[in-house]
Amino acid sequence: MATAPDGVVVGIEHLYKQYETAAGPVPVLKDVNLEIRRGEFVAIMGPSGSGKSTFMNILGCLDTPTRGRYVLDGHDTSALGSDDLARLRNRFIGFVFQGFNLLPRASLLENVALPLIYAGTPRRERSERAHELLERVGLGRHVEHHPSQISGGQQQRVAIARALANRPSLLLADEPTGNLDTATSHEIMGLFTQLNAEAGITIVLVTHEHDVARFAQREVTFVDGIVTHDGPVRAVEEAAR
Amino acid sequence: MIGAILREAWKSMGANKLRTFLTMLGMVIGVGAVILMLAIGQGAQYVVKQAIASMGSNLFIVLSSFSTTSGVRSGTGQAPTLTVNDARALLELNTVAEVAPMQPGSRQIVYGAANWNTQVYGVTPGYFTVRDWAVVDGDPITETDVRNATRVAIVGQTVLDRLFGDEPAVGKTIRLENIPFTVAGVLDRKGQSFDGRDQDDTVLIPLTTAQRKVFGSQFPNSVRMIMVQAVSESAMAQAEEDINRLLRERRRTPEGQEPDFTVRNLSAVADVQAQTTKVMSLLLGAVACVSLVVGGIGIMNIMLVSVTERTREIGIRMAIGARRRDVLAQFLLEAIIVSVLGCVIGVALGVGGALLAMRLTSIYTEVTVWSVLLSFAVATLIGVFFGFYPARKAAWLKPIEALRYQ
Repeated sequence: MATAPDGVVVGIEHLYKQYETAAGPVPVLKDVNLEIRRGEFVAIMGPSGSGKSTFMNILGCLDTPTRGRYVLDGHDTSALGSDDLARLRNRFIGFVFQGFNLLPRASLLENVALPLIYAGTPRRERSERAHELLERVGLGRHVEHHPSQISGGQQQRVAIARALANRPSLLLADEPTGNLDTATSHEIMGLFTQLNAEAGITIVLVTHEHDVARFAQREVTFVDGIVTHDGPVRAVEEAAR
Repeated sequence: MIGAILREAWKSMGANKLRTFLTMLGMVIGVGAVILMLAIGQGAQYVVKQAIASMGSNLFIVLSSFSTTSGVRSGTGQAPTLTVNDARALLELNTVAEVAPMQPGSRQIVYGAANWNTQVYGVTPGYFTVRDWAVVDGDPITETDVRNATRVAIVGQTVLDRLFGDEPAVGKTIRLENIPFTVAGVLDRKGQSFDGRDQDDTVLIPLTTAQRKVFGSQFPNSVRMIMVQAVSESAMAQAEEDINRLLRERRRTPEGQEPDFTVRNLSAVADVQAQTTKVMSLLLGAVACVSLVVGGIGIMNIMLVSVTERTREIGIRMAIGARRRDVLAQFLLEAIIVSVLGCVIGVALGVGGALLAMRLTSIYTEVTVWSVLLSFAVATLIGVFFGFYPARKAAWLKPIEALRYQ
């Protein structure tokens, strides 16, 4: 895997995004500048409509900026076509969604192995890697189960295993605890923290809950498409000021 | 990679078995119909071809024309205007290879306690050449038989079955108009003629015997018809002209007057028959193809529904790295699997139907390899053609929109 020599996983300079509507262009992100280094655990916060979801989509190579530069682990994404973006998503990014987004008809093993199929990994290696990952998230004994047979917390663990399949440079989690109860949320956040601390995995977490954000080390807050705070995670009272 | 996509396609088809089955049914019926219809058409063509081959090649038949007696006009072949001498003269023509003057009539044949009504032909040795008909047991009619008007008979396979059963027939005596005939030989099996008559239901006797002893004509030398074989297929046109000219000259029929004979090109008649069968089988095939296309539209319909239903799944796949071509391949492959699998079942059903049709009815069917290969080719093509649009629709979805789809 190509690695930026200076350890910068995400490099964003003067990033703009606007949507074209019938009433004219609507700016969503205005001159965003951000740098995330390898091993960081960043929480992206902000009220709804602040542009944090759009930012997340661009970060995940699901959407492209209108203007500005986004370098992902040494790869400039600005001029890439859909196939190249798909390749970047496959190799460099692992997604964890609020709704888990597992394939309901596939077994847990097949779900985890799916990114490896698109990476062209041979079958045996896919199976070995998927077993190993499920073991790591504590579901080694459920490999043949289907998503509907396990709990929400377990499903999210499978989703995390899937996100790690191709050893990505960046783990993107979009409200990963939004569908879970408090106890399970803490378990999942514990897993993220562990992955970050022990394996040095770079994590970007989008959330609107301070309770969740406090597991991260760094907080980036968006308001109206502008980064209003970039620094250590703040307490609720502090953020409110 | 292909293996993995194949498994994925198989799984998603298995997830909705009833729907997959119904989609497939369109292809099954389409392919089954194509195979069955082509088998029936092919069978009909085969039967006609056999019949034409059994008729003999490059043949003309010269019939005596109608006669008018006291204002009553008889049908073709009824007037005693053709003679054995006409036949002899025709044989002298360069374009004519062989002639067979014939005197036919329907008579009752008796052997012991059994009797059978059949077509009796008075013929000369030329008949066996012209019809390309072999005697499998015993001897054919010889020149000597004709010269001496001997009472020998050659029986066809149907007559053999009806009168003798399993007994050997050669050397036995049969009675025809109460005249005893010795069975001298047995004809090879010919089957149906192209107009559907059983050619094996016949007895051949020397022409002279027929004229003098069996049919008894007022005009002893006359014959009802003369079969004429041209020297080659390319000489057919010239031969027809020669025959007409010679017979007109012999009768001194003036220019512009209708002659008292008719020359028919049997090969041309057969060609028309063959052409008709061909057109029929093409028509059957075309109708069956329509149902194949309808089956294809069914596949497209279901694939479109499937793409809409699975928008979210497509979004997930794209998020974790599926390229457009991966999604395209997945849906295209599903369409192809459905159509090819439907084709396999359809071929089995079509072949089974063809065999059953042959068993239960008198229709002769013939399943050809090329019709099966054609079905597979068309089924794959239909899968690609009708699967492409839905697959493209899936592949061109925007990842974020697909992910957001509920």
